[in-house]
Amino acid sequence: MSDPLTISEQALIDARGVVVAYGGQRSAFGRAKPEKRVLHGVDVVIGRGQTVGIVGESGSGKTTLGRALLGLVPVADGSIRFDRHEIVGLKEDALRPLRKRMQMIFQDPMSSLNPRHDIRHILIAPLLLHGLARDRREAEVQVRAVLDRVGLPASALERYPHELSGGQRQRVGIARAVVLAPDFVLADEIVSGLDVSTQAQVLQLLGELKRDMNLSMAFISHDLSVVRAVCDRVYVLSGGRVVEQGACEQVFASPHHDYTKVLIDAIPLPVIDPQWLGRGQRST
Amino acid sequence: MADSATIIATTGAPSRGRRRLQALARQPKVVWGGGFILFLVVVALAAPLIAPHDPLAQDLMSGTLPPLGFADYDPGFLLGTDDLGRDVLSRLIYGTRIALTVAFVAATLAALVGTLLGLLAGYFRGVTDTVVSRLIEIWMAFPPVLLSILVVAIMGSGVTSVIAAIAIIDWTRFARVVRAETMAQAQGDYVTAARTLGFGRWTILFREILPNVAPVLLALITLEMGIAVIVEAILSFVGLSVSSDTPTWGGMIAQGRQIIYQAWWVFAAPLAALFATVLAFNQLGDGLRRALDPVMQR
Repeated sequence: MSDPLTISEQALIDARGVVVAYGGQRSAFGRAKPEKRVLHGVDVVIGRGQTVGIVGESGSGKTTLGRALLGLVPVADGSIRFDRHEIVGLKEDALRPLRKRMQMIFQDPMSSLNPRHDIRHILIAPLLLHGLARDRREAEVQVRAVLDRVGLPASALERYPHELSGGQRQRVGIARAVVLAPDFVLADEIVSGLDVSTQAQVLQLLGELKRDMNLSMAFISHDLSVVRAVCDRVYVLSGGRVVEQGACEQVFASPHHDYTKVLIDAIPLPVIDPQWLGRGQRST
Repeated sequence: MADSATIIATTGAPSRGRRRLQALARQPKVVWGGGFILFLVVVALAAPLIAPHDPLAQDLMSGTLPPLGFADYDPGFLLGTDDLGRDVLSRLIYGTRIALTVAFVAATLAALVGTLLGLLAGYFRGVTDTVVSRLIEIWMAFPPVLLSILVVAIMGSGVTSVIAAIAIIDWTRFARVVRAETMAQAQGDYVTAARTLGFGRWTILFREILPNVAPVLLALITLEMGIAVIVEAILSFVGLSVSSDTPTWGGMIAQGRQIIYQAWWVFAAPLAALFATVLAFNQLGDGLRRALDPVMQR
């Protein structure tokens, strides 16, 4: 693979020198709060159809970076181009046409699905908003297809989020992210709240969707084994800066930065217990 | 995951409205509180049909008759008569009309104003929040009873003034709670999700956040109805509510206080009605909050 920084004309997302700072606005009485910089000039390039991992410990700025790429947090400096459209400084209204092309899957589907709306409303409303369906009936057809695609029965449409299991809820979260047929999906720690077998199913589903829909993805995680399994490229974030980046195998095989080595060493390796099989037989 | 389909399919799906009603019926507070309020509404609407006497008809020959069960009571006047010989029960029944009108209209108006300002302050923050918050602080520094007396004095007595006074004073209750709740809800991932999907600010505020504020709001409205009944009674008590030829509970309490040693029942009967009504509103509010919270339902 050639260096993606040189093929940025093919990049879907091309972020340069992104600085995000919280606070610093003036209050109504004119006192300015001191601003706190969360990102100190970050470059990220995501190619079409590529899955990019963004890793780092808590507070490294990975979630803020993800939200900046989607235009959800104000960017103090730098440039973010989505399919060659500059999104930094765009007003919400100007951003709306691009919104349907970039979606997000959240860590906790319980809080990211409105508890007051049933699944039908949650999935149909975005289609009607963006005019991707002419009426409710047409939207219903599309929604049923997506629901089937993520492995949920049509009867889930009548349900409210709290009536579903954690894995089912995350499938609804994925369905909502792909129902608008976006080009880019940001997945923010989407499997950390799920048990291991559900994690594997959700990751597999995401891989299939990515292939079928030619999605570009940014996969934010603190779990490097998950990132290693799904990503083409990886960015290692520490203290609001990219400390290492490169093709996934390369970074994992020969990390340059000490911080990356620490993160990789923190992956729990399976310790093989020779008695494991025998123990399994005795218990059954 | 394969069995998730069957789990969903076999649970059966009663319609949404039906499930809500069932959840409501399971709350004894809703059943008793709501039942009593419903009873009062029927009494208020059917007052001319069920009141045994004209509430204004005076009969000085049968003044201060005691209620049922006491010596010298008259079976024609179950709750006795006041010093002018007017039937206490009939006056109580007609008094329900003013009490409920004020309760429903004033609480709704206060809720409308307070909720709107609370939503705006809690969601847009910044200057909007500063202005609304200062307004609330200033407002709450006024003594409420005296302020309501002032409002009624300026606007002139009457039901409309009483309703206006309650709405003008008590919107802060709604604004404070709704503002805090909106702030908490606005932090939720579902709001970020709605932004990512491209929904506008007003759609997010009214379609996404407001439904989540609604349970708290509904409980608050019901509590406010109880408060409105009391405020109306207080204003009637000091003679600032409706004119004296319309029977009100507060007016009856004021009149009963003057003759409490001769006819305590004129004082006690409206007091009991007031107590039961406020209790019912409070219980209903608490029950509704529990029943309408989708997470608490389980």
